[in-house]
Amino acid sequence: MNAEEIHQILSDKFGESVLGYDTELAGDTCIQIAPTAILEVCQYLAETDTLAFDSLMCLSGVDMGVKEEELSVVYHLYAMQHRQSIVLKTSVPKTDAHLPTVSHIWKTADWHERETYDLYGIVFEGHTDLRRILLPDDWEGYPLRKDYQEPDFYRGMRVPY
Amino acid sequence: MLDFFFEGFIENINLQDSSNWAKDFFQNVVMPRLPEAVAGHLPVEVGTILVMLVCAGIFVAVVPLLPLVLVLAERKVAARFQNRTGPMRVGPWGTLQTLADGVKLIFKEDYIPPQGDKILFMLAPYVIFACSFAVFAAIPFGQDILVSEFNIGIFYIMAISSVIVMGVIMAGWSSNSKWSLLGSLRSAAQIVSYEIPLGLSILTIVMLVGSLSMKEIVASQDGGIFTWLIFRSPFTFIAFFIFFISAIAEVNRTPFDLPEAESEIVAGFHTEYSGMRFALFFIAEYANMFAVSAIGVTLFLGGYEGILPGYDFLGGLPGFIIKSLGLVFIMMWLRWTLPRLRVDQLMNLCWKYFIPISFFNIFGTGIWGLIFDTDDVWSIGISCVIIYVGLISAYAVAGRNLARKPEPQPSSA
Amino acid sequence: MESTQQTESRIIELKPFTDEMIVNMGPQHPSTHGVLRLELRLDGEIVREAIPHIGYLHRCFEKHSENLSYPQIIPFTDRMDYVAAMNQNWGFCLAVEKLLEADETKDFEVPERAEYLRVLICELNRIASHLLSFGTYGMDIGAFTPFLYAFRDRERLLLLFEKVCGARLTYNYIRIGGVSEIIPLEPGSVAEQNYLDEIEEFLDYFEPKIDEYNDLLTSNSIFSERTMGVAVMPAEMAISYGATGPNLRGSGVDWDLRRDEPYSIYDRFEFDVPVAKDIPELGAVVGDCWSRYKVRMDEMKESVKIVRQILAEGLPDGPVMADLKAVRPPQGEIYFRSEAPRGELGFYIVSDGTPKPVRVKGRSPCFSALSALQELSRGLMVADIIAIIGSIDIVMGEVDR
Repeated sequence: MNAEEIHQILSDKFGESVLGYDTELAGDTCIQIAPTAILEVCQYLAETDTLAFDSLMCLSGVDMGVKEEELSVVYHLYAMQHRQSIVLKTSVPKTDAHLPTVSHIWKTADWHERETYDLYGIVFEGHTDLRRILLPDDWEGYPLRKDYQEPDFYRGMRVPY
Repeated sequence: MLDFFFEGFIENINLQDSSNWAKDFFQNVVMPRLPEAVAGHLPVEVGTILVMLVCAGIFVAVVPLLPLVLVLAERKVAARFQNRTGPMRVGPWGTLQTLADGVKLIFKEDYIPPQGDKILFMLAPYVIFACSFAVFAAIPFGQDILVSEFNIGIFYIMAISSVIVMGVIMAGWSSNSKWSLLGSLRSAAQIVSYEIPLGLSILTIVMLVGSLSMKEIVASQDGGIFTWLIFRSPFTFIAFFIFFISAIAEVNRTPFDLPEAESEIVAGFHTEYSGMRFALFFIAEYANMFAVSAIGVTLFLGGYEGILPGYDFLGGLPGFIIKSLGLVFIMMWLRWTLPRLRVDQLMNLCWKYFIPISFFNIFGTGIWGLIFDTDDVWSIGISCVIIYVGLISAYAVAGRNLARKPEPQPSSA
Repeated sequence: MESTQQTESRIIELKPFTDEMIVNMGPQHPSTHGVLRLELRLDGEIVREAIPHIGYLHRCFEKHSENLSYPQIIPFTDRMDYVAAMNQNWGFCLAVEKLLEADETKDFEVPERAEYLRVLICELNRIASHLLSFGTYGMDIGAFTPFLYAFRDRERLLLLFEKVCGARLTYNYIRIGGVSEIIPLEPGSVAEQNYLDEIEEFLDYFEPKIDEYNDLLTSNSIFSERTMGVAVMPAEMAISYGATGPNLRGSGVDWDLRRDEPYSIYDRFEFDVPVAKDIPELGAVVGDCWSRYKVRMDEMKESVKIVRQILAEGLPDGPVMADLKAVRPPQGEIYFRSEAPRGELGFYIVSDGTPKPVRVKGRSPCFSALSALQELSRGLMVADIIAIIGSIDIVMGEVDR
């Protein structure tokens, strides 16, 4: 099953929420999903026997540039049983970035979501323990956003030393 | 008045045979060489005590040299096990390394944790150090090389070495560090538990010999290797292994080094110690190691008695030291080969295996004593045969198990 | 399963009237493999909860990458998993190459010779990495000697790496489009022959050593007591937590990217994939610490097998670098994963067609595996925590990036 077929299955099931995919870009084909539907889509992908995407390889935030108004979150899924992979992508506005968590579907999403929250400031609703993971707890700002400005001081220490 | 005081004192401590040696030495060797004026006014008792104090001084000065040697030995042995050469730079073949380390430790900052209990913190290393050296007082190194002959020598050793655990707990508690606390409590649990099989296996010896005196225990093994207590009955043979393993646990060495398990609780009860105080722990550990080996040799391996009756081969002071160092070497060997047990496994081993076996041993020794006259040739012969057959069958069973043990094969694609 | 029952009974046993002690294990601790901090809630020796805190080695790899050109990123990948840096280089290069291949306007292919050198060096690096894991695991359990044996053998491997790239820890050897030519190995030259002979000599020496190590540590009864049946990670749990590589195979999942999704030239070699099995005679349960450890020991043999096949074939002639003017992948994104010694190392790269990536994410195998620690360690003892950390074989450089 390739991305097109899975896209077909998903659009049959979820209709409008599946926003399509871009064939012109090189590399992996991402299926765009509306942020409101991401949880149901993930649940469906994980729990349907014919798909059985039981492994979340990677969960990553993306910021395409300062001018973009949206942050993306990319889910790389893999089905150990059927040996197929799929990439889901969803976009949330930078000003109000929040998404439902998938950490109860794939436990590995727990830390990956924390990391995405830490570096991009995307709030995963329903996450049981959404704290910063790589940066100190009192760090300000989300460093991987393209508009991030390095602070001059952190606790009285010069940062760009 | 002085006279009176010493008289009472001597009567009180009831100096017996061994003090005669010091008394003789004073009267026959020292007295004639003293100037008239002094000799005339010096009571014999005072002289005797002076002689004993000097001897004790020599002893106290010599015994700490043991750890110095042992530390170097351990490093060299470990190095050989690990394909290394060990310390090579300080002195020829690194023989002065320990001394150099000692000097370094003396000059190090003596750090006392400000939140800790200062007095206990300072006191703890001395408690451990003093106790582990006090044990040496009752160990007979040779026929006449014995600091003090008690009629309850082995009992004294058990008692004194139990006090060490207090020092450990003091160190752990006063450091105000959670690792230290964990380490010291582990140590307390371990030492208290292993004291039981240790004591019980010593008891089998005491039952056979009928005395708590170290000298008498050695004296009963004077007929060559087969009269050594380890071979005197099958039960003492088992008791020896229980004793030795418990002793390793008692001195906190691998595989029982949980109180100072580096990979788990950093350094256990001495995490916060530095400089000379740390060195005291270190010296005490090695002194302990030698002490338990020496006790093992005294109780089971003939003490200063040799392999053949009448000959001094592996006998006397050199023999005693060699046998003790042999046991120490086995401890080192185990340390550099085996991993460490977990706390629950450690306790399982003690309470579920060693203590029942020890009680069985005591029971068996009692029966054995009823059946045989314990030091006649017949009993020793039968005992040796039983031990031999037991070893062979144990080897056969273990060998079969080892052969049957499947090497797990990975499944292939 | 037995161990979970044990765990529960332990907790119930000690419930009444005890206070919990909170202990920070790390960031400076002898056996947290770097700067991991565990917040332990202890009930005596029993761990109620172990909460991992990471980030002490966070060096902003991803942020750096966004401001560097693709070849400049490779040295940063070295510093992720510094124990198996070759595999990290390779993982990143594979992802970029995959993206370059997607560009139809350019004809891009990695030369054969480079592929062989890559497999050769990376399999040797896998051995070096597993050796380190074996040694440190022994030390975690309390046996010091295996550690030095492992370092003795690893030293010879490091010398081999040094001869090919001049570095011992952070190699920067595998480049986009081939391998580094800093120290040239001319095809068919004496230097090449000597180098291959040296590798052969090492393999001849090393192969019996694996059995020796198995005798020394693997089959030691104290070691098996400590590790068998401890912290069992069933297959579903392992997959759900994203545990990969030896950790996944230790849980009984027969899965190896080199075999199941072959990249580079792995489809040309014969090798087995060691998978853990229940061994009731010994007490080993699939998914316990011992199984994870044992899979690594077996994998070393498989790596030896692969390297031997390369040595038998000999390195092909030809260049070691593709003809690549500038690394400028087309617009698009790629997620590519490769089998590093610690599991599946994925790189997610978003390119906008410029020489610098928009986003690089390293999907670290240790990061995912470590997240399982909290669940694995519940109700076990302090000493078991150490056994778990050692058995999932983490390198903090990779966890924190």
